[in-house]
Amino acid sequence: MQRACTVDELPPGESVRIAGAEPIAVFNADGELYAIDDTCSHQDASLSEGWLEGCFVECPLHAALFDLRTGMPSCLPAKKPVRTYSVLVDEGVVYVQSDARENAA
Amino acid sequence: MKSVAIIGASLAGARAAQELRAQGFDGRVVLVGEEPHQPYDRPPLSKAFLAGTAERESLDLLDADDTASLELRLGTRAERLDPAAGRVVLSDGELAVDGVVLATGGRARTLPGTEGIAGVHVLRTLEDSLALREELVPGARIVIVGAGFIGAEVASTARSLGLDVTVLEALETPLARVLGPRLAQACAALHARHGTTLRCGAAVETLLTTGARVTGVRLSGGEELPADVVVVGIGMVPATDWLAGSGLDVGNGVHTSSGLVTGLPNVVAVGDVAAYRHAETGARHRHEHWTNASEQAPVAVANLLAGHVTRHYAPSGYVWSDQYSGTLQLAGHPEPGDEVVFVEGTAEDGAFVATYQRDGATVGVFALNSAKQFTRLRRQALRRPAPVV
Repeated sequence: MQRACTVDELPPGESVRIAGAEPIAVFNADGELYAIDDTCSHQDASLSEGWLEGCFVECPLHAALFDLRTGMPSCLPAKKPVRTYSVLVDEGVVYVQSDARENAA
Repeated sequence: MKSVAIIGASLAGARAAQELRAQGFDGRVVLVGEEPHQPYDRPPLSKAFLAGTAERESLDLLDADDTASLELRLGTRAERLDPAAGRVVLSDGELAVDGVVLATGGRARTLPGTEGIAGVHVLRTLEDSLALREELVPGARIVIVGAGFIGAEVASTARSLGLDVTVLEALETPLARVLGPRLAQACAALHARHGTTLRCGAAVETLLTTGARVTGVRLSGGEELPADVVVVGIGMVPATDWLAGSGLDVGNGVHTSSGLVTGLPNVVAVGDVAAYRHAETGARHRHEHWTNASEQAPVAVANLLAGHVTRHYAPSGYVWSDQYSGTLQLAGHPEPGDEVVFVEGTAEDGAFVATYQRDGATVGVFALNSAKQFTRLRRQALRRPAPVV
């Protein structure tokens, strides 16, 4: 488990980045929390800096779109999915499961 | 339409091939590329690939699924387009096709009379990048002609390798026509901050040589600068010569409608070579940027498949450039006379965000090292349409 931030630090429409060898981006999409790999699968860009549109994030560099629920890209130039992670909230703190989820592709 | 030839296998051509499949075309797609390489992405050629920190395969634009659904004709030049006969004449044969996507890009502009001088480089292809990398050796003195994005990125990469770098710019402020004087000045300041010498208002008179190798640059005022390597980054010339006699309207690029369709409904153009007419203003534009090539492909392909213009091209005007371990981002269509308003930071800071204002509206956003805020403003202030999912 990794601590991401407090609930107050992640209001709807916002994101936080958990630094590390494989950084993770945590998003609040209209009250639902999602966590995915922070690094775009297309090229080296930070998805936590992207634009949140419903439960999709647009990469800030090349505008690839990823579904936060599955990590799947929904348009070019990205073709490979990013991994997703389970998010837990406990006593006002947001945690992310360190191991990626097994997505039904 | 049963078969489409895409002439040009760089970003615009590769994206057109992907779009044909994404939009349900199940006929024959032939991707013709003059270079012998699998289609590759060019932005890293002045950055990570030039520095030797990116592998060749990381530049691949197409994956195995893509290439399985295409006929790749690499190392092949298109010689002539014969629309009446529905054929493209290639350096190694002919293609009979129903539709054509022109994605030939262009060639780097050179300094006249410098052909064949060792140590003089342009940067557009994989070979160019590899050849330049060979010469970025310790102690080398680099002179870069042109302080546009390519020149600035090469300067930044060469500095990161610890080399002595001078950039020559003919204008008083590089990029002033693109960014306006104030933000262009902020970008120019990055050079000095990272130890690159920037000389503005400097015109190259001639290159100095010993044997067949460059040893320096003489400026029009007579001043001589020593140089072991000269990199020329002064723009490009669209590759349209081969279209002579095709009946297509060609000027500075291939002329198209606002839907990227040429005078023939089954021939479209995308990327650096496409000179399109803007749907709203009627002005003709040609852009030489990654995003433009990427954004044009779906529009051109939709119109090619429909046989008439169903979509007009509306550029986002998004450009980025990585310089000195920072990222510059620009969106919108600023003009030099626009008012610049700083949203975060100032032009002297290592990170800032500014907008361009005209007639009370935000017409552009520019940021240095502030991707998140840039993206927010780009999407909200510029009111770019949300992507269709």
